[in-house]
Amino acid sequence: MPVITLTIDDELISGREGETLLQVIKEHGISLPTLCHMEGLSERGGCRLCIVEVAGSPRPLPACTTPAREGMVVRTRSERLENYRRMLVELMLAERNHYCAVCVSIGHCELQRVAAEMGVDHVRYEYLSPKLTMDLSHERFGLDHNRCILCTRCVRVCDEIEGVHTWDISGRGVKSRIIADLNRSWRESGTCTSCGKCVQVCPTGALFLKGAVVGEMVKDPTMLARVLEGREKKEWEG
Amino acid sequence: MELIGSGRLRLATVWLGGCSGCHMSFLDLDEYLLELSQAADLVYGPFVDAKEFPAGVDVALVEGAVTNRANLAMAGIIRQRSRTVISFGDCAITGNVTAMRNLLTVAETLDPFRCDGEASPAFDYAAVPQLLPRALPLHQVIPVDGYIPGCPPGPDRIRAAIECMLRGEPVHLAPGMLTFG
Ligand code: SF4
Ligand code: SF4
Ligand code: SF4
Ligand code: FES
Repeated sequence: MPVITLTIDDELISGREGETLLQVIKEHGISLPTLCHMEGLSERGGCRLCIVEVAGSPRPLPACTTPAREGMVVRTRSERLENYRRMLVELMLAERNHYCAVCVSIGHCELQRVAAEMGVDHVRYEYLSPKLTMDLSHERFGLDHNRCILCTRCVRVCDEIEGVHTWDISGRGVKSRIIADLNRSWRESGTCTSCGKCVQVCPTGALFLKGAVVGEMVKDPTMLARVLEGREKKEWEG
Repeated sequence: MELIGSGRLRLATVWLGGCSGCHMSFLDLDEYLLELSQAADLVYGPFVDAKEFPAGVDVALVEGAVTNRANLAMAGIIRQRSRTVISFGDCAITGNVTAMRNLLTVAETLDPFRCDGEASPAFDYAAVPQLLPRALPLHQVIPVDGYIPGCPPGPDRIRAAIECMLRGEPVHLAPGMLTFG
Protein backbone atom coordinates (compact mmCIF):
# COMPACT_ATOMS: atom_id res chain seq x y z
CA MET A 1 0.00 0.00 0.00
CA PRO A 2 1.34 3.45 -0.90
CA VAL A 3 2.77 5.43 1.97
CA ILE A 4 1.26 8.81 2.82
CA THR A 5 2.59 11.60 5.00
CA LEU A 6 0.52 13.72 7.34
CA THR A 7 1.01 16.09 10.26
CA ILE A 8 -0.38 14.97 13.60
CA ASP A 9 0.02 17.24 16.62
CA ASP A 10 2.74 19.22 14.80
CA GLU A 11 4.75 16.13 13.91
CA LEU A 12 5.26 14.77 10.42
CA ILE A 13 4.31 11.12 10.38
CA SER A 14 3.62 8.46 7.81
CA GLY A 15 0.78 6.04 7.35
CA ARG A 16 -0.56 3.78 4.65
CA GLU A 17 -3.23 4.75 2.19
CA GLY A 18 -6.53 3.14 3.12
CA GLU A 19 -5.94 3.47 6.84
CA THR A 20 -8.26 5.48 9.04
CA LEU A 21 -6.98 8.46 10.98
CA LEU A 22 -7.50 6.46 14.18
CA GLN A 23 -5.24 3.66 12.93
CA VAL A 24 -2.47 6.10 11.97
CA ILE A 25 -2.80 7.99 15.24
CA LYS A 26 -2.64 4.79 17.29
CA GLU A 27 0.29 3.41 15.33
CA HIS A 28 2.05 6.63 16.21
CA GLY A 29 1.55 5.92 19.91
CA ILE A 30 -1.02 8.62 20.58
CA SER A 31 -4.00 7.39 22.54
CA LEU A 32 -7.50 8.66 21.81
CA PRO A 33 -10.57 7.85 23.87
CA THR A 34 -12.92 5.48 22.02
CA LEU A 35 -16.06 3.60 22.96
CA CYS A 36 -17.81 2.43 19.78
CA HIS A 37 -14.56 1.43 18.07
CA MET A 38 -13.39 -2.14 18.49
CA GLU A 39 -10.50 -3.80 16.70
CA GLY A 40 -11.96 -6.42 14.37
CA LEU A 41 -15.35 -4.78 13.86
CA SER A 42 -16.44 -2.29 11.21
CA GLU A 43 -16.33 1.35 12.29
CA ARG A 44 -19.49 3.07 13.39
CA GLY A 45 -18.45 6.63 14.29
CA GLY A 46 -21.21 6.73 16.84
CA CYS A 47 -19.75 7.72 20.19
CA ARG A 48 -17.79 10.66 18.78
CA LEU A 49 -15.13 10.41 21.51
CA CYS A 50 -12.30 9.98 18.98
CA ILE A 51 -12.98 13.40 17.40
CA VAL A 52 -9.96 15.28 16.07
CA GLU A 53 -9.43 18.65 14.44
CA VAL A 54 -8.53 18.47 10.76
CA ALA A 55 -7.30 21.60 9.00
CA GLY A 56 -9.91 22.77 6.53
CA SER A 57 -12.84 21.24 8.39
CA PRO A 58 -14.76 23.68 10.56
CA ARG A 59 -16.08 20.90 12.77
CA PRO A 60 -14.21 18.08 14.49
CA LEU A 61 -14.23 14.71 12.70
CA PRO A 62 -14.29 11.23 14.22
CA ALA A 63 -10.86 9.69 13.63
CA CYS A 64 -12.26 6.16 13.36
CA THR A 65 -14.35 6.87 10.25
CA THR A 66 -12.13 9.49 8.59
CA PRO A 67 -9.69 8.11 6.00
CA ALA A 68 -6.10 9.29 6.42
CA ARG A 69 -5.04 11.34 3.41
CA GLU A 70 -1.77 12.73 2.14
CA GLY A 71 -0.94 16.13 3.59
CA MET A 72 -3.64 16.20 6.27
CA VAL A 73 -2.97 18.40 9.27
CA VAL A 74 -4.53 16.87 12.37
CA ARG A 75 -4.74 17.86 16.02
CA THR A 76 -5.78 15.22 18.56
CA ARG A 77 -5.84 17.46 21.63
CA SER A 78 -7.16 20.96 22.18
CA GLU A 79 -9.32 22.71 24.69
CA ARG A 80 -12.27 22.51 22.32
CA LEU A 81 -11.85 18.76 21.77
CA GLU A 82 -11.42 17.99 25.48
CA ASN A 83 -14.46 20.08 26.19
CA TYR A 84 -16.63 18.30 23.60
CA ARG A 85 -15.42 14.86 24.66
CA ARG A 86 -16.25 15.61 28.24
CA MET A 87 -19.69 16.85 27.29
CA LEU A 88 -20.31 13.66 25.31
CA VAL A 89 -19.41 11.43 28.23
CA GLU A 90 -21.57 13.48 30.57
CA LEU A 91 -24.48 13.19 28.14
CA MET A 92 -24.03 9.41 28.01
CA LEU A 93 -24.16 9.26 31.79
CA ALA A 94 -27.23 11.51 31.91
CA GLU A 95 -29.20 9.74 29.17
CA ARG A 96 -29.92 6.43 30.91
CA ASN A 97 -29.53 5.13 34.44
CA HIS A 98 -25.91 4.58 35.41
CA TYR A 99 -25.84 3.65 39.08
CA CYS A 100 -22.23 2.49 39.12
CA ALA A 101 -22.38 1.53 42.79
CA VAL A 102 -24.80 -1.30 42.03
CA CYS A 103 -23.70 -2.20 38.50
CA VAL A 104 -22.44 -5.63 37.43
CA SER A 105 -19.60 -3.95 35.54
CA ILE A 106 -18.30 -1.55 38.18
CA GLY A 107 -14.51 -1.56 38.12
CA HIS A 108 -14.43 -3.15 34.64
CA CYS A 109 -16.48 -0.66 32.67
CA GLU A 110 -15.08 1.27 29.73
CA LEU A 111 -17.52 4.16 30.13
CA GLN A 112 -16.62 4.51 33.79
CA ARG A 113 -12.90 4.44 32.97
CA VAL A 114 -13.13 6.92 30.09
CA ALA A 115 -15.17 9.32 32.25
CA ALA A 116 -12.60 9.23 35.06
CA GLU A 117 -9.70 9.71 32.63
CA MET A 118 -11.41 12.81 31.29
CA GLY A 119 -11.79 14.23 34.74
CA VAL A 120 -15.58 13.92 34.81
CA ASP A 121 -16.20 14.42 38.53
CA HIS A 122 -19.83 15.42 38.07
CA VAL A 123 -22.44 15.68 35.31
CA ARG A 124 -23.67 19.14 34.37
CA TYR A 125 -26.86 17.92 32.72
CA GLU A 126 -30.12 16.86 34.23
CA TYR A 127 -30.42 13.09 34.47
CA LEU A 128 -33.26 11.91 32.25
CA SER A 129 -33.99 8.89 34.49
CA PRO A 130 -36.01 7.00 31.84
CA LYS A 131 -38.03 4.04 33.02
CA LEU A 132 -36.30 1.23 31.16
CA THR A 133 -36.60 -2.53 31.25
CA MET A 134 -34.21 -5.45 31.33
CA ASP A 135 -34.41 -8.54 29.15
CA LEU A 136 -33.61 -11.52 31.35
CA SER A 137 -35.38 -14.06 29.15
CA HIS A 138 -32.19 -15.68 27.80
CA GLU A 139 -31.02 -18.70 29.72
CA ARG A 140 -27.45 -17.47 30.24
CA PHE A 141 -27.32 -13.76 29.43
CA GLY A 142 -29.07 -10.54 30.38
CA LEU A 143 -29.58 -7.16 28.69
CA ASP A 144 -30.05 -4.07 30.85
CA HIS A 145 -31.16 -1.11 28.75
CA ASN A 146 -30.37 1.18 31.67
CA ARG A 147 -26.64 0.77 31.01
CA CYS A 148 -26.63 0.72 27.20
CA ILE A 149 -24.81 3.55 25.39
CA LEU A 150 -25.86 2.41 21.89
CA CYS A 151 -22.30 1.84 20.73
CA THR A 152 -23.63 -1.04 18.56
CA ARG A 153 -20.64 -3.25 19.23
CA CYS A 154 -23.12 -6.05 19.99
CA VAL A 155 -24.99 -5.43 16.75
CA ARG A 156 -21.77 -5.50 14.71
CA VAL A 157 -20.14 -8.50 16.38
CA CYS A 158 -23.29 -10.57 15.99
CA ASP A 159 -23.70 -9.56 12.35
CA GLU A 160 -20.09 -9.45 11.19
CA ILE A 161 -18.40 -12.15 13.26
CA GLU A 162 -21.09 -14.56 14.41
CA GLY A 163 -22.95 -13.95 11.16
CA VAL A 164 -26.51 -14.12 12.45
CA HIS A 165 -27.51 -10.47 13.05
CA THR A 166 -29.73 -10.96 16.07
CA TRP A 167 -29.39 -7.40 17.32
CA ASP A 168 -30.60 -4.16 15.80
CA ILE A 169 -31.61 -0.72 16.96
CA SER A 170 -35.22 0.36 17.02
CA GLY A 171 -36.41 3.94 17.43
CA ARG A 172 -34.61 7.24 17.08
CA GLY A 173 -32.59 9.50 19.38
CA VAL A 174 -33.18 8.96 23.09
CA LYS A 175 -35.90 6.46 22.19
CA SER A 176 -33.36 4.16 20.52
CA ARG A 177 -33.24 0.65 21.94
CA ILE A 178 -31.31 -2.50 21.19
CA ILE A 179 -33.77 -5.15 19.99
CA ALA A 180 -33.44 -8.86 19.23
CA ASP A 181 -34.81 -9.91 15.83
CA LEU A 182 -37.99 -7.95 15.15
CA ASN A 183 -38.36 -6.85 18.76
CA ARG A 184 -38.76 -10.22 20.40
CA SER A 185 -37.47 -11.24 23.78
CA TRP A 186 -33.93 -12.62 23.58
CA ARG A 187 -35.15 -16.11 24.43
CA GLU A 188 -37.65 -16.07 21.58
CA SER A 189 -35.09 -14.86 19.09
CA GLY A 190 -34.92 -17.40 16.31
CA THR A 191 -31.42 -16.38 15.28
CA CYS A 192 -29.30 -16.17 18.44
CA THR A 193 -26.83 -19.02 18.74
CA SER A 194 -26.04 -18.17 22.37
CA CYS A 195 -22.38 -17.72 21.45
CA GLY A 196 -21.91 -14.89 23.97
CA LYS A 197 -19.81 -12.69 21.67
CA CYS A 198 -22.06 -9.67 22.17
CA VAL A 199 -21.73 -10.00 25.93
CA GLN A 200 -17.93 -9.98 25.74
CA VAL A 201 -17.64 -6.92 23.46
CA CYS A 202 -20.17 -4.73 25.28
CA PRO A 203 -18.19 -1.92 26.94
CA THR A 204 -20.64 -1.40 29.80
CA GLY A 205 -22.82 -3.41 32.13
CA ALA A 206 -25.62 -3.55 29.53
CA LEU A 207 -24.89 -7.12 28.42
CA PHE A 208 -23.85 -9.53 31.14
CA LEU A 209 -23.74 -13.14 32.22
CA LYS A 210 -26.63 -14.09 34.44
CA GLY A 211 -25.56 -14.67 37.99
CA ALA A 212 -22.90 -11.93 37.89
CA VAL A 213 -23.44 -9.61 40.83
CA VAL A 214 -22.07 -6.11 41.49
CA GLY A 215 -18.60 -5.79 39.99
CA GLU A 216 -18.42 -9.42 38.88
CA MET A 217 -18.97 -8.92 35.17
CA VAL A 218 -15.44 -8.93 33.81
CA LYS A 219 -15.36 -8.92 30.01
CA ASP A 220 -12.71 -10.67 27.98
CA PRO A 221 -11.23 -8.02 25.70
CA THR A 222 -9.08 -10.59 23.85
CA MET A 223 -12.02 -12.77 22.80
CA LEU A 224 -12.61 -11.10 19.46
CA ALA A 225 -8.92 -11.07 18.53
CA ARG A 226 -8.66 -14.79 19.38
CA VAL A 227 -11.68 -15.65 17.26
CA LEU A 228 -10.34 -13.67 14.31
CA GLU A 229 -6.87 -15.13 14.63
CA GLY A 230 -8.24 -18.65 14.86
CA ARG A 231 -10.25 -18.11 11.70
CA GLU A 232 -7.26 -16.65 9.91
CA LYS A 233 -5.19 -19.71 10.75
CA LYS A 234 -8.15 -21.99 10.00
CA GLU A 235 -7.75 -23.49 13.44
CA TRP A 236 -11.26 -24.84 13.56
CA GLU A 237 -11.52 -26.22 10.07
CA GLY A 238 -11.54 -29.92 9.91
CA MET B 1 -7.32 29.40 51.44
CA GLU B 2 -7.32 32.11 54.03
CA LEU B 3 -8.84 30.54 57.09
CA ILE B 4 -11.63 32.20 58.99
CA GLY B 5 -11.12 32.84 62.73
CA SER B 6 -8.41 30.97 64.59
CA GLY B 7 -6.34 29.98 61.57
CA ARG B 8 -7.55 26.41 61.90
CA LEU B 9 -9.80 24.95 59.25
CA ARG B 10 -13.43 25.05 60.36
CA LEU B 11 -14.71 21.80 58.90
CA ALA B 12 -18.33 20.64 58.78
CA THR B 13 -19.74 17.39 57.48
CA VAL B 14 -23.40 17.00 56.58
CA TRP B 15 -25.57 13.95 56.03
CA LEU B 16 -28.41 14.60 53.58
CA GLY B 17 -30.12 11.84 51.54
CA GLY B 18 -27.39 9.21 51.78
CA CYS B 19 -26.75 6.04 53.76
CA SER B 20 -23.95 7.46 55.95
CA GLY B 21 -21.47 5.24 54.11
CA CYS B 22 -19.43 8.33 53.21
CA HIS B 23 -19.24 9.23 56.88
CA MET B 24 -18.19 5.66 57.74
CA SER B 25 -15.46 6.02 55.14
CA PHE B 26 -14.45 9.31 56.78
CA LEU B 27 -13.91 7.39 60.02
CA ASP B 28 -11.71 4.98 58.05
CA LEU B 29 -9.16 7.80 57.82
CA ASP B 30 -7.94 6.16 61.06
CA GLU B 31 -4.81 7.80 62.46
CA TYR B 32 -4.97 10.58 59.88
CA LEU B 33 -7.93 11.82 61.92
CA LEU B 34 -5.43 12.69 64.67
CA GLU B 35 -3.31 14.65 62.23
CA LEU B 36 -6.41 16.33 60.89
CA SER B 37 -7.48 17.32 64.39
CA GLN B 38 -4.24 19.33 64.65
CA ALA B 39 -5.21 21.40 61.62
CA ALA B 40 -8.99 21.51 61.68
CA ASP B 41 -11.94 21.86 64.02
CA LEU B 42 -14.92 19.70 63.24
CA VAL B 43 -17.66 22.22 63.96
CA TYR B 44 -20.70 20.33 62.70
CA GLY B 45 -21.64 16.82 61.59
CA PRO B 46 -23.19 13.52 62.66
CA PHE B 47 -20.20 12.97 64.95
CA VAL B 48 -20.61 16.34 66.65
CA ASP B 49 -23.20 17.42 69.18
CA ALA B 50 -24.13 20.69 67.51
CA LYS B 51 -27.77 21.32 66.80
CA GLU B 52 -27.40 24.08 64.28
CA PHE B 53 -25.15 24.47 61.29
CA PRO B 54 -22.78 27.24 62.44
CA ALA B 55 -21.71 30.36 60.61
CA GLY B 56 -18.20 30.87 59.27
CA VAL B 57 -17.49 27.30 58.07
CA ASP B 58 -14.45 26.97 55.81
CA VAL B 59 -15.26 23.61 54.26
CA ALA B 60 -18.48 21.62 54.30
CA LEU B 61 -18.38 18.03 53.09
CA VAL B 62 -21.93 17.17 52.08
CA GLU B 63 -23.02 13.55 51.79
CA GLY B 64 -26.25 12.50 50.11
CA ALA B 65 -28.68 13.69 47.47
CA VAL B 66 -31.19 16.47 48.03
CA THR B 67 -34.26 14.31 48.26
CA ASN B 68 -36.73 16.08 50.60
CA ARG B 69 -37.70 19.53 51.80
CA ALA B 70 -35.46 19.37 54.87
CA ASN B 71 -32.44 18.57 52.65
CA LEU B 72 -33.37 21.48 50.40
CA ALA B 73 -33.54 23.94 53.30
CA MET B 74 -30.30 22.58 54.74
CA ALA B 75 -28.51 22.92 51.39
CA GLY B 76 -29.39 26.62 51.36
CA ILE B 77 -28.07 27.10 54.89
CA ILE B 78 -24.85 25.23 54.11
CA ARG B 79 -24.19 27.40 51.08
CA GLN B 80 -24.88 30.60 52.99
CA ARG B 81 -22.61 29.76 55.89
CA SER B 82 -19.73 27.94 54.17
CA ARG B 83 -16.91 29.23 52.10
CA THR B 84 -16.32 25.95 50.27
CA VAL B 85 -18.95 23.26 49.66
CA ILE B 86 -17.79 19.81 48.56
CA SER B 87 -20.09 17.09 47.23
CA PHE B 88 -19.00 14.10 49.26
CA GLY B 89 -19.72 10.79 47.52
CA ASP B 90 -21.85 9.65 44.60
CA CYS B 91 -25.28 10.41 46.09
CA ALA B 92 -24.36 14.08 46.46
CA ILE B 93 -22.73 14.11 43.01
CA THR B 94 -25.07 12.01 40.84
CA GLY B 95 -28.06 11.20 43.04
CA ASN B 96 -26.89 7.56 42.89
CA VAL B 97 -28.89 5.02 44.93
CA THR B 98 -31.03 7.75 46.48
CA ALA B 99 -32.10 8.86 43.01
CA MET B 100 -33.17 5.38 41.91
CA ARG B 101 -36.64 6.43 42.96
CA ASN B 102 -36.59 9.02 40.18
CA LEU B 103 -37.81 6.32 37.79
CA LEU B 104 -41.09 6.49 39.71
CA THR B 105 -43.43 9.28 40.74
CA VAL B 106 -43.46 10.28 44.41
CA ALA B 107 -46.85 8.56 44.84
CA GLU B 108 -45.52 5.33 43.32
CA THR B 109 -42.46 5.53 45.57
CA LEU B 110 -44.56 5.92 48.69
CA ASP B 111 -47.28 3.42 47.75
CA PRO B 112 -45.61 0.38 49.35
CA PHE B 113 -45.41 2.32 52.62
CA ARG B 114 -49.09 3.17 52.81
CA CYS B 115 -51.19 1.26 55.34
CA ASP B 116 -53.13 -1.61 53.74
CA GLY B 117 -53.28 0.18 50.45
CA GLU B 118 -55.37 2.89 52.08
CA ALA B 119 -55.23 6.30 50.49
CA SER B 120 -54.29 7.89 53.81
CA PRO B 121 -50.55 8.43 53.84
CA ALA B 122 -48.56 6.41 56.36
CA PHE B 123 -46.32 9.40 56.82
CA ASP B 124 -47.14 12.29 59.03
CA TYR B 125 -45.60 15.07 56.99
CA ALA B 126 -45.40 17.31 60.02
CA ALA B 127 -42.77 14.88 61.34
CA VAL B 128 -41.33 13.36 58.18
CA PRO B 129 -39.99 15.78 55.55
CA GLN B 130 -41.88 15.73 52.29
CA LEU B 131 -40.11 14.17 49.32
CA LEU B 132 -39.21 16.42 46.41
CA PRO B 133 -40.50 15.25 43.00
CA ARG B 134 -36.96 14.00 42.23
CA ALA B 135 -33.85 13.35 44.30
CA LEU B 136 -31.28 15.85 43.01
CA PRO B 137 -27.49 16.06 42.94
CA LEU B 138 -26.33 18.84 45.27
CA HIS B 139 -24.90 20.98 42.45
CA GLN B 140 -28.37 21.20 40.87
CA VAL B 141 -29.57 22.94 44.03
CA ILE B 142 -26.64 25.11 45.16
CA PRO B 143 -23.26 25.99 43.62
CA VAL B 144 -20.66 23.37 44.58
CA ASP B 145 -16.90 23.93 44.65
CA GLY B 146 -15.51 20.38 44.52
CA TYR B 147 -16.37 16.71 44.19
CA ILE B 148 -15.18 13.49 45.87
CA PRO B 149 -16.71 10.63 43.84
CA GLY B 150 -17.17 7.09 45.07
CA CYS B 151 -19.82 5.02 46.81
CA PRO B 152 -18.43 5.51 49.30
CA PRO B 153 -15.25 7.40 48.39
CA GLY B 154 -12.30 5.50 49.84
CA PRO B 155 -10.33 7.14 52.67
CA ASP B 156 -7.45 7.77 50.23
CA ARG B 157 -9.75 10.00 48.17
CA ILE B 158 -11.08 11.81 51.22
CA ARG B 159 -7.58 12.40 52.49
CA ALA B 160 -6.33 13.64 49.11
CA ALA B 161 -9.26 16.08 48.94
CA ILE B 162 -8.76 17.32 52.50
CA GLU B 163 -5.07 17.84 51.82
CA CYS B 164 -5.96 20.02 48.81
CA MET B 165 -8.23 22.09 51.04
CA LEU B 166 -5.62 22.40 53.80
CA ARG B 167 -3.21 23.74 51.19
CA GLY B 168 -5.90 26.21 50.19
CA GLU B 169 -6.24 24.68 46.72
CA PRO B 170 -9.36 23.57 44.87
CA VAL B 171 -10.12 19.85 45.21
CA HIS B 172 -8.34 18.09 42.40
CA LEU B 173 -8.21 14.29 42.35
CA ALA B 174 -6.20 12.08 40.00
CA PRO B 175 -8.21 10.06 37.40
CA GLY B 176 -7.76 6.89 39.46
CA MET B 177 -9.66 8.59 42.28
CA LEU B 178 -12.47 9.88 40.10
CA THR B 179 -14.48 6.76 39.32
CA PHE B 180 -18.11 6.68 40.35
CA GLY B 181 -19.30 3.71 42.34
S1 SF4 C 1 -22.30 0.60 32.85
FE1 SF4 C 1 -20.40 1.54 33.64
S2 SF4 C 1 -20.94 3.69 33.85
FE2 SF4 C 1 -22.86 2.56 33.69
S3 SF4 C 1 -23.47 2.08 35.78
FE3 SF4 C 1 -22.26 0.35 35.07
S4 SF4 C 1 -20.18 0.80 35.76
FE4 SF4 C 1 -21.32 2.73 35.84
S1 SF4 D 1 -25.10 -14.49 21.87
FE1 SF4 D 1 -24.06 -14.53 19.86
S2 SF4 D 1 -25.68 -14.99 18.40
FE2 SF4 D 1 -26.69 -14.42 20.31
S3 SF4 D 1 -27.07 -12.24 20.09
FE3 SF4 D 1 -25.09 -12.42 21.10
S4 SF4 D 1 -23.57 -12.41 19.44
FE4 SF4 D 1 -25.56 -12.78 18.51
S1 SF4 E 1 -25.81 -3.43 24.66
FE1 SF4 E 1 -23.66 -2.95 25.08
S2 SF4 E 1 -22.62 -3.38 23.13
FE2 SF4 E 1 -24.79 -3.24 22.69
S3 SF4 E 1 -25.10 -1.12 22.09
FE3 SF4 E 1 -25.56 -1.24 24.28
S4 SF4 E 1 -23.63 -0.72 25.27
FE4 SF4 E 1 -23.13 -1.19 23.15
S1 FES F 1 -14.55 5.54 18.49
FE1 FES F 1 -14.69 6.92 16.86
S2 FES F 1 -16.72 7.65 17.06
FE2 FES F 1 -16.63 6.12 18.62
